[in-house]
Amino acid sequence: MATAEQQIQAAQGSSEKSWHGIVLQTLKRNEISLIPYVPDRVLTPLIKNLHADPYFTTFATAREEEAVGIVSGAWMGGRRGAVLMQTSGFATLANVLASLAVPYQIPLIMFVSERGTLGEFNYGQSLVCRTMRPVLDSLALEHHTITRLDEFEFIADRSIKQAVTTQAPVALILNPLLTGGKVFDK
Amino acid sequence: MTTRNTKVMNRYDVTSRLIGKLKHEEAVIGGIGNTNFDLWAAGHRPQNFYMLGSMGLAFPIALGVALAQPDRRIFALEGDGSLLMQLGALSTIAALKPKNLIMIVMDNGIYQITGAQPTPAASVADIVAIAIGSGLANSAWAADEEDFERLVDEAMSRSEPSFIAIRIDDKPGVGTTRRDPVQIRERFMHGLGVREPL
Repeated sequence: MATAEQQIQAAQGSSEKSWHGIVLQTLKRNEISLIPYVPDRVLTPLIKNLHADPYFTTFATAREEEAVGIVSGAWMGGRRGAVLMQTSGFATLANVLASLAVPYQIPLIMFVSERGTLGEFNYGQSLVCRTMRPVLDSLALEHHTITRLDEFEFIADRSIKQAVTTQAPVALILNPLLTGGKVFDK
Repeated sequence: MTTRNTKVMNRYDVTSRLIGKLKHEEAVIGGIGNTNFDLWAAGHRPQNFYMLGSMGLAFPIALGVALAQPDRRIFALEGDGSLLMQLGALSTIAALKPKNLIMIVMDNGIYQITGAQPTPAASVADIVAIAIGSGLANSAWAADEEDFERLVDEAMSRSEPSFIAIRIDDKPGVGTTRRDPVQIRERFMHGLGVREPL
């Protein structure tokens, strides 16, 4: 008999209706196979499933800007990638966005797990979250905050296609309304 | 192995020696500042990529190119100050073991382009020891120009990443990179065979 945890994991692993299942399938459909990331509790099922799928080259980096450099190089070499991070990681990216992704016109695809809102318990996270959209707006970068599962596939698929065809970065911000977020336990 | 008992060489001279060895459209990623200027001055190639910012990302960018094009050799030129900004990248590269990536660090212990201030690691840190400690076993100081050329030859026949450090003088870069990011990227992608010119 499967434990509750195993049942949840099985559902997460098989269902395309989960937010992370949609991310995985949308990446595949758009031939995005290189996935460097800096971990986040909420992204854990996505990261686990990406590691389990041989289509993807999935690996951790020491810092988010390193991951941006890697997918930028890969794009120029003819391979598509996307970076996974949380809000605090995005906050480290202003320089690389303004000096690499934007001026060189690189379709940098970012999935950002949103901390700092809807029940945040860490003061630092709530403050750093407020820096994210002003940074994106000041560089005129396309970004979407996703709150609904039924809209997610459309937004993700169209955003990726727009990033590639217009050679511009895009940030897809995964709100707790979509992912459940991280709740105060420890 | 990791002592700095090495000759102080010149960046432009060493860069020119490297470029002279490239016969198979190898990619070269130039870090910001003088590393980049000397790469430009050594003779423009469509397979050269010139960074105009994002200090410390020469190795990560080169890693991305290496993962996208596993059959091409990828070189990356970095300064010691830039490397200090992104030391974590060394362990990422060591963990992934790209078989076609060769990292070259030009170490003069100063942030030359901003007024030659010493780096925080100047005269205390050994970047080859750091590279080895990060998991890059094929890491060495080049003793002199001849030794540098030997290390490059070795690296080109290896199927693991290599890391070569060179002590250099404080001479400024010879050329100045043209600062047009889109043109630089587009030429580079043509050079790598990813795109056709219009």
